[in-house]
Amino acid sequence: MSEHRIELTVNGHRHAALVEARTSLGEFLREELGYTGTHLACEHGVCGACTVMVDGVAMRSCLMLAVQANGGAVTTVEGLAEPDGTLHPVQQALKDNFGLQCGFCTPGVAITMAAVTRENEGAGAGQIEKALTAAMSGHICRCTGYQGIRRAIRQLAGATT
Amino acid sequence: MKPAPFDYVRPGSVEEACRILSEAGGGATVIAGGQTLMPLLNLRMSQPFVLVDINGIAQLKGVTRVEGGTRVGPATRQADALGDKTLARHLPAFITALGHVGHYQTRNRGTIGGSVALGEPAAEMPATAVALGAHIEIASIRGSRMVPADAFYIGPYMTVLEPDELVTGIVYPDWPDGHLVLFREVAQRPGDFALVGLVGALEVEGGVIRRAGIAWFGMGPTPIRARQAEAALTGASLTGIDAPGVARAAVADTAPFDDHHASAEYRRTVGARIFARCLRETLDIRSAA
Repeated sequence: MSEHRIELTVNGHRHAALVEARTSLGEFLREELGYTGTHLACEHGVCGACTVMVDGVAMRSCLMLAVQANGGAVTTVEGLAEPDGTLHPVQQALKDNFGLQCGFCTPGVAITMAAVTRENEGAGAGQIEKALTAAMSGHICRCTGYQGIRRAIRQLAGATT
Repeated sequence: MKPAPFDYVRPGSVEEACRILSEAGGGATVIAGGQTLMPLLNLRMSQPFVLVDINGIAQLKGVTRVEGGTRVGPATRQADALGDKTLARHLPAFITALGHVGHYQTRNRGTIGGSVALGEPAAEMPATAVALGAHIEIASIRGSRMVPADAFYIGPYMTVLEPDELVTGIVYPDWPDGHLVLFREVAQRPGDFALVGLVGALEVEGGVIRRAGIAWFGMGPTPIRARQAEAALTGASLTGIDAPGVARAAVADTAPFDDHHASAEYRRTVGARIFARCLRETLDIRSAA
């Protein structure tokens, strides 16, 4: 059972910590650093609630060890809005379109949407909508609020062209 | 904290990784993307003493052209492979199959080698390696060896890989330009493991099939090569193919299970249908062109 000293940034803030090897990134973010916006549910990669960006790429924080994020830059849902509280366009789109009900899956959904919209910057509305919709296969909303999420996607696709 | 305790090491070279694997005496597990392994750790179905992270080994990443084929480094991310121009040009069947592996978020972390080496019988990449005639390149402190993909898999999540061995590459032979891609799968949701699926390639010249490589996934304990169908198709003229007959021959090689998602009978029935339809549609596209 090894322990490792890691350094990483989360939403632009530097953190250093000693972590047990088996600690997942998601657990580390929540329990050690207090970024409880990232939600852990299934912890085997199926539900998508724990999705964060590591070095700008959306991935499951339950399927990655904290020690593997050493030296990386993590973005959680807390890092999407502007410091003055202005919502990120994906958050605004979800809000405008009732794209969340209980909100448990929302942090992961918002992170995926933010990553996909950035990767498709400058693409046509159709391409953005297609990419966002395809990426949503990686999220489960147990309120079954998928139509609201779809409307948010359409708004985002229209707004970014 | 979900997994049982383990040590974690991040070697910087293949030699170092092989030495660690050898010294661990069977107690080590290699982690690349971890998209299948981490669930197994979290569920404590896998309890290694040492986790050997190969993400820091640069020589295990990337796609290169080699004599007569294309070599894919095992630690190459699925998302990177999906956008790779060499793979798109030389291995269209590989790219088609890869598009069905997991989800956007898991492809961003998951690797080609992880999928190939774990040998989940319903996964796309092991079957693709078998269908295309790939070889698995393996190293240990005892030396290196190449194993044909269809001799690599021996059961669900079981391969001929010894505990001290590391997959260092997957080498796919070239198929000629313009070869045809066969791919169909039935899954409950996009990104789920397939209930039944097939992947393959056909080399067609002058209206005759010269070479066929086809494998099933989700149709038995390992990816299964459709040998009888390959034999029936090889040398066949495109105008004289009995698609349902070939599909029946293809299903005859399978050994599907009953599970709570689908019965073996369902898999055989659906398998025969999608095989016949895939063959008809793929060959029609060709003859119309």
